[in-house]
Amino acid sequence: MTTEVKAVTPTYSEAFQSGVREEMNRNKKIFIIGTDLVERGGHFAQVKGIAQEFGLKQVRDAPISEAAMIAAGMGAAMYGCHPIVDLNFIDFSLGAMDEIINQAAKIRFMFDRPVPLVIRATSGVALGGAHHCNSLESFFAHTAGLSLAVPSTPMDVKGLIKTALRNEDPVIFLMHKKLSGIRGEIGDENYFVPFGKAKTIKAGKDAAIITYGYSAVTATKAAQALEAEGISVEVIDLRTLYPIDQDAIDAAVIKFGRVVVLDEAPLFGSITAEIAATASERNFKSLKGPIVRVGAVRAPLSANPAMSEAAIPSVDQISKAVKQVMSY
Amino acid sequence: MSKLDKSTALALLRQMMVIRDFEETADKLCLRGKVPGGMHNSSGQEAVAVGTLSAIAKDDVIATTHRSHHHTLAKGYSAKSVMAELFTKSTGISHGRGGSMHLAEVTEGHFGGNGIVGAGVGIAMGAALGIQHIGDKKIAVGFVGDGGMNTGRTWESINMASIWKLPLIILVDNNQYAVETFVGRVTGGGDLAKRASGFGLPAYNIDGQDVLEVRKYVSEARERALAGEGPTFINALTYRYYGHNVGEKGQYRTQEEIAQWRTTQDPIDKFTEVVISSGFATQAEVEELRASVRKEIEEAVAFAESSPEPEIASITQGVDSGKLGVQL
Ligand SMILES: Cc1ncc(C[n+]2csc(CCOP(=O)(O)OP(=O)(O)O)c2C)c(N)n1
Ligand SMILES: [Mg+2]
Repeated sequence: MTTEVKAVTPTYSEAFQSGVREEMNRNKKIFIIGTDLVERGGHFAQVKGIAQEFGLKQVRDAPISEAAMIAAGMGAAMYGCHPIVDLNFIDFSLGAMDEIINQAAKIRFMFDRPVPLVIRATSGVALGGAHHCNSLESFFAHTAGLSLAVPSTPMDVKGLIKTALRNEDPVIFLMHKKLSGIRGEIGDENYFVPFGKAKTIKAGKDAAIITYGYSAVTATKAAQALEAEGISVEVIDLRTLYPIDQDAIDAAVIKFGRVVVLDEAPLFGSITAEIAATASERNFKSLKGPIVRVGAVRAPLSANPAMSEAAIPSVDQISKAVKQVMSY
Repeated sequence: MSKLDKSTALALLRQMMVIRDFEETADKLCLRGKVPGGMHNSSGQEAVAVGTLSAIAKDDVIATTHRSHHHTLAKGYSAKSVMAELFTKSTGISHGRGGSMHLAEVTEGHFGGNGIVGAGVGIAMGAALGIQHIGDKKIAVGFVGDGGMNTGRTWESINMASIWKLPLIILVDNNQYAVETFVGRVTGGGDLAKRASGFGLPAYNIDGQDVLEVRKYVSEARERALAGEGPTFINALTYRYYGHNVGEKGQYRTQEEIAQWRTTQDPIDKFTEVVISSGFATQAEVEELRASVRKEIEEAVAFAESSPEPEIASITQGVDSGKLGVQL
């Protein structure tokens, strides 16, 4: 009998650590600011051990001062550093919105100066209630000058953070809470994922679900369930929301004509609205019927788990949406 | 403030016992998964809550933090309604929508716990403005942690309260740690009262383990506020016995430090001595009190357990009034 010892693959959080470590090793201008990073390693262990390895100048514990953290990162970036500001939860960016939207996003255009700044935070709906589950993607994607990464796998976390740290634009880097512990392969030090390149995570013949973040997981579950019913669904993970992979979206619309767009943000004014509107402007004739959007209800999230779950798309809801586009 | 009488003394002691028993009971239930999203245990900080809330009127306003079970119980809300909220049940003080972090009863002057560090002071400041504008004989108390003392929003609100002479008390529930970060590591100047006094309001550092001291300072601050003399800043030094979130331990402080505070500075032990030495109760009577508290908390747990879940269908109700579109 042979026992095969399978090496444990890294987690989503460890993938972030790995990418940051590699880039910090080659670029001393990268440093990290945030709360509880040094000993605790961040609330999701995303920078565990980095302070111990690189020292306290490269990883700074900050007071709970989000506006000042972003200001610090932005000013240092304008000066020539490449800071990562770790906001812990993206909800806490709201106390630093001027620094992000009025300042960091606009400096390059107005002053012809790059702002190589990564703002990392966890995002998405999990238990935690109204102040810890905001889906703010559309705020950031709407703002000219900001780029936005929303990886759903360890591979993409590492590939995208490395790309962000080799570039000179301000990047909002959102890591979904419910993915922190998932494991998977990661690339080596030369593996980079460019922004604006979607990935097909499940091939299909009949219809496409376009999505990102944790919804890539729920979409895949729905696609598997539909497979049993004879419906073959392709699942496309956007990976970044700005730049967005318009070519991949166009190709899916043209190929299938039956498209569902999915995330867990409230539908009104969301990324899914943007995708559906642009797709119908560009390729209306290819569509066999309206694109169906699946998202959250228009309400703050509740602390009650069943209420919270009910607010965001379920596998069932996604399957129904696919069946609706299949009915055209 | 008048001399301490027996019934007041026993009420203060009992209220602190209620908080301690509530927190330690809830902590265990939380570890068993009964408190969705977790909770922040305030054990060790009872005297700050009870000293403050016993010195203000029933309908004075408070706005508080993510760690607010003790403030809420001390404001007079039943262990039942708070426990049920921790369980996110429909009978909870926020009907299960808020959970541990968002306890509130706004119509009665509890303007809410908060998921956002530092937000409570601003909300209380606004309530104080409302009180001043309407001409009510009330005050507002904004609770904030030592960590929250480094958010810009807190100081913007303190400045505004100072220049407009608002009837506000800023009460720092200073347990010396923000998650794993010791206050001394992130607090420039070190002395919070000194920092506050720069904004032109009376500011004190006091012993937050002495319920009578807290009560005295808050009572005097309230008188000043009612007399139109404006806000007061009170930094009450206290200690949290458990981890930041339930279940967390960490290496950021020693077991000796915790034991030292528990054995020499416990607010309940300290006040029990006062009660006994003043002849207000015998040791046996104190034990009876404790037993009655135990019963109350057991009943609260049974109530929370047996309470119904909120109606899922209500998730989109109450987001706004829906009346703006009506032609007036
Ligand atoms: C604006 C904001 N930043 C960060 C957090 C994450 N967070 C929650 S509690 C906490 C520590 C707060 O410390 P302190 O104010 O001392 O209150 P304590 O927990 O000690 O009661 C942090 C950093 C938050 N909730 N809100
Ligand atoms: Mg604290």
